Amino acid sequence: MLLRLFETVQAMPSSMAIRESIYLYPAIESVHVLSTCLFLGLVTMMDLRLVSATLRSAPLTDVQHRLFPWQMAGFALMVMSGVLLVFTEPLRFYSNIFFQVKMLLLLLAGLNMLVFHAGVYRRVAEWDHQEVLPGSARVAGALSMVLFSGIVVCGRMIAYNWFK
Amino acid sequence: MDPLPLIEWIENTAIGTAIRESTWLFPVIEAGHLLALALMGGAVLIVDLRMMGWGMRRLSASQISRDVHPWLVASLLGLIVTGILLFMSETTKCYFNPAFWVKMGFLVAATLYTFTVRQRVALAGGAEVDPAKARLVAIVSVCLWSGVGIAGRAIGFY
Repeated sequence: MLLRLFETVQAMPSSMAIRESIYLYPAIESVHVLSTCLFLGLVTMMDLRLVSATLRSAPLTDVQHRLFPWQMAGFALMVMSGVLLVFTEPLRFYSNIFFQVKMLLLLLAGLNMLVFHAGVYRRVAEWDHQEVLPGSARVAGALSMVLFSGIVVCGRMIAYNWFK
Repeated sequence: MDPLPLIEWIENTAIGTAIRESTWLFPVIEAGHLLALALMGGAVLIVDLRMMGWGMRRLSASQISRDVHPWLVASLLGLIVTGILLFMSETTKCYFNPAFWVKMGFLVAATLYTFTVRQRVALAGGAEVDPAKARLVAIVSVCLWSGVGIAGRAIGFY
């Protein structure tokens, strides 16, 4: 069923238009990379705080609340440009192993955030001002960095379709 | 002096040749380059946002700047090392690529700016710095580093 959807999109005139344009595809790709810097850069800063590798004297909530709008802005741009890139050439992505792994890792990164927010973050008031945070907060930060690194690596590898 | 013999020599060094002829070395180094880029994006923006008045509040710009400085330096070093390796594998292509030279221009400007003007204003922080001036310094920083990123991505399109 997913394949049918991808095939339909591939044949859409708007998809073809971007695919055949000289400037649109590179422009969208550039937006994707820059918005990744905004999103992932600031998420990584928060992750580094979670593992106490930087900003140790900042309460976690200050880092989290004040960076959140920027992370979300970056996320929105990243997702929109990412969807557009797939929209341009769905069939190239459909069978690409790196794309599939990237989507799986994205899901896991989202789950990691959910677990963090539903878990140890509920009691943030108790440990907000500690320099070294509770174990599960540190694990969430470390896991986030590992997963997102995998996402970036897989994302870059999509362009190199070794297993065609 | 004609730079072309030097260009060819770099490209034909053992390192340049190995990266060019390997299937996976170039993409892997490229991925490392991107990871360092994302880290640098965070280390730069977290200070610039603070200087614009839109970032964290509890710590001063100078405190944040000092705290993230090792990560800024580490990411810049990572970018330069991976960048040099990528350059060595396709030196001729880069040499004739306008986007490459635009990027190098932005890179030199952004690096000098970050470690002189911006660092001075960020470390001064608080009372001594006019907020409007701090904001302007931060905006210029974001623009310069965006220029590096955009021109860098454009290298692949020529």
